Amino acid sequence: MKVAEIAEKLNLKVFSGKEGLNNEVTNGYTSDLLSDVMGHADAGNAWITLQTHKNVMAIASLKDLSAVILVKGFEPEEDMAAQSNEEGIPVLGTSEEAFTISGKLYGMLQK
Amino acid sequence: MMHFEYHVEGGNFTKAGAASSQLKKILKQLNVDPKIIKRIVVALYEAEVNIVAHAFEGDIFIDIDTEKIGIKLVDQGPGIADIELAMQKGYSTASPSVREMGFGAGMGLPNIKNNSDELKITSQVNIGTTVELVTYLNQ
Repeated sequence: MKVAEIAEKLNLKVFSGKEGLNNEVTNGYTSDLLSDVMGHADAGNAWITLQTHKNVMAIASLKDLSAVILVKGFEPEEDMAAQSNEEGIPVLGTSEEAFTISGKLYGMLQK
Repeated sequence: MMHFEYHVEGGNFTKAGAASSQLKKILKQLNVDPKIIKRIVVALYEAEVNIVAHAFEGDIFIDIDTEKIGIKLVDQGPGIADIELAMQKGYSTASPSVREMGFGAGMGLPNIKNNSDELKITSQVNIGTTVELVTYLNQ
């Protein structure tokens, strides 16, 4: 499923990285520990987190993740948004908690 | 035989991962197996972040030949008093501000170990740490 379709169906705000809205989302990974994501997320995963700094994009890029979804109304810091645009990896946002949005995304991707 | 060097500034998280990103691009151009690239990128990123999080500065030396990729990271910093303890999952000496960013969960060195074929760490307290990684290309 494409990032754009997920953003639309889950009513996610698109903060940056619009060039990557056609990225294919294979699965999701929910974590706020960077080394956990580095060690265990897979290429194509959408990363659900509350971390809003630039290092998130470094990891998203190195791991070939499809998108980052910020929870609980968090917004990307300026340099995070800038790198998201450079890399073409979208940063999306929701007001919902990680548990809720992870459950919804899981449900969508299982279909 | 190719050789690359990168300098890493301690404490500068905005540049953390730059060397890993460069190496990833180079290995892609060299048509290295994507599975091998993935492992090296994880190992180097963690080692690079360790310099940023713990040391004053460091240098990364990368040597690529037809059989293997050797990466040596040499830092000037506090060193590691007990390497065996540092290797344990969950053990970290990272500062509270570094932990708040989601680093310092004690997963870095285990990630390096799991994603390299050979790992050698030598360290002198108050001088610095040297991390050597080897990844074999034909396995």
